[in-house]
Amino acid sequence: MEKRSVFKSTWLPILFAAPQLLLILLFFYWPVTAVLNWAFTLEPPFGGAAEFVGLDNFKEVFNDQLYWHSVMISIIFAICGPLTAIFIGLVLALAVDRELPGSGFFRFLYILPFAVAGPAGGMAFRFILSPERGLAAMLNEIQPDLWNPAKYGSHALAFVIIIFIWKWAGYTFIFLLAGLQSVPRSLIEAAAMDGSGPIRRAIDIQVPLLAPTLFFLLVTMMTEGFVGSDTFGMVHATTRGGPNHATELMVYRIVDEAFQGLNYSGASAQSLVLIGLIMIFTFIQFRFVERRVHYK
Amino acid sequence: MIQRTPFANALTYAIMVIGFLLLIGPFLVVIAGASQTMQQVNAVPFRFVPGDQFLANATAAWTRGDLGHAMINSLIMTLMITFGKVALSACTAFAIVFFRSPLKHLFFWTVFITLMLPLEVRVVPTYAVAADMFTPFRLLIQFFTGIELKIEWNLLNSYAGLTLPLIATATGTFLYRQFFMTLPDELAEAARMDGSGPVRFFFDMLLPLSRTNILALTTIMFVYGWNQYLWPLLMVTDPSYQTVMMKLRMLLPPEDGGTPDWNVTLAGSLLIMLPPVLVVAVLQRWFVRGLVSSEK
Repeated sequence: MEKRSVFKSTWLPILFAAPQLLLILLFFYWPVTAVLNWAFTLEPPFGGAAEFVGLDNFKEVFNDQLYWHSVMISIIFAICGPLTAIFIGLVLALAVDRELPGSGFFRFLYILPFAVAGPAGGMAFRFILSPERGLAAMLNEIQPDLWNPAKYGSHALAFVIIIFIWKWAGYTFIFLLAGLQSVPRSLIEAAAMDGSGPIRRAIDIQVPLLAPTLFFLLVTMMTEGFVGSDTFGMVHATTRGGPNHATELMVYRIVDEAFQGLNYSGASAQSLVLIGLIMIFTFIQFRFVERRVHYK
Repeated sequence: MIQRTPFANALTYAIMVIGFLLLIGPFLVVIAGASQTMQQVNAVPFRFVPGDQFLANATAAWTRGDLGHAMINSLIMTLMITFGKVALSACTAFAIVFFRSPLKHLFFWTVFITLMLPLEVRVVPTYAVAADMFTPFRLLIQFFTGIELKIEWNLLNSYAGLTLPLIATATGTFLYRQFFMTLPDELAEAARMDGSGPVRFFFDMLLPLSRTNILALTTIMFVYGWNQYLWPLLMVTDPSYQTVMMKLRMLLPPEDGGTPDWNVTLAGSLLIMLPPVLVVAVLQRWFVRGLVSSEK
């Protein structure tokens, strides 16, 4: 859609857009170029100009067992977390959308976890799911060490995934509820006239009509799982990548490598891999989600 | 809907209550734990009944983390991000929508691409830019004129450094753009006919009309700003600029072998997570609207 009636001026639009564009150039495009530059060069250990090393940084990254380990747990994280969060959001949205008395109260509450910062939520869950106190300690009463994220890597990964789900279920809920409310009421009523109950209507009409929203959420959530700022914060405030690298997600590893290990080139190469991954996701979203999933 | 569905209704309520326990339960545990004594909070099984120690615990947490100072820093940072975002993105959207200029597509795509790469994957070079703001300019000048300049401007440990890189994203611009596109062409036409120039039109018509948009953007930006974790962690080394999110780890019980006082930690975490939760609770309508329309 293009506006017909517009103002004519050459310098005014530039003046209006300049502040934000300047910030973006300085804090976005320049750093992204620097990532490209660093990924293909290596700074000599005793100072001096960076030297072009081609794909050496990538080779080094890809030859590292720990890197592939981190890729694998990132994939587990970015599949389990988003799928569960979307599933919970969907079930809750279907329930709230029936508009039974009192459902407004629940709708109001479900959004609140999304306002909590990942690290702050992480702090709360460190208590709630601690092996010695809080709620999870009851599991260990049954049998010692049934749950211990400080000791077992798989428990720690599950622990971080739980925080992710808790925070993002409310977010998916908002979008799915908005999607459900745009489903034509007449469709639902026609189905009810034909004798279908609420559960059948949900499965056969509402969920298929939500397909675009579901795909949108899947892409957004997976991006968040791979590179989200809260994902970094959750790990950093709770497990710090441990125990024994079990929760060292890709985004955590990049920052850790750069600022703890001071390996800018390696971190930049890893950033570039992650950037490629996001590009693929964005491409999928535009190519398949926006075009194909259309049920009108 | 006129259909008697007692079974489905019972199921709906059961789902909503389970959702409540999953999503709001952690808040209840934190509130209960934050108001108990050290013995009560460490008891297994955990008791959900709040105690009367909240004020004492909160005071202890407040002094342990020096929260007063950090709260002020967080508030300043949040307000600067919010205000900067609301103002700058309105200007950019105005330049993109209301001018017939060959540059507008360039502006649009320049801003649009920033949506794809979050701060986390380009954090290392962004940090480098903030540590030495003039690098790009210096290199440009050196490239074109051969003169090597020796000016430096360091943004570390300053409010500008905390906020400017976080304002350099696209979120708000698209929110305004979508809204501006829905305004009828006749509006700008009428303004022009009455002799108003673009600047007057922007301030006297567009901004007042955007009131709901501004409110929506303000709420999501407040939550976004307050919950920033990684960037302040890197930027700030001087304790007088620390934000509340950075204080979280300081609130952890001291590891001296004694009984950990998780009640104090929980009280502090509660105080830290509270402001954005309150904003979302009070302004939920606008928050949801901002969220849904800025992401799609």
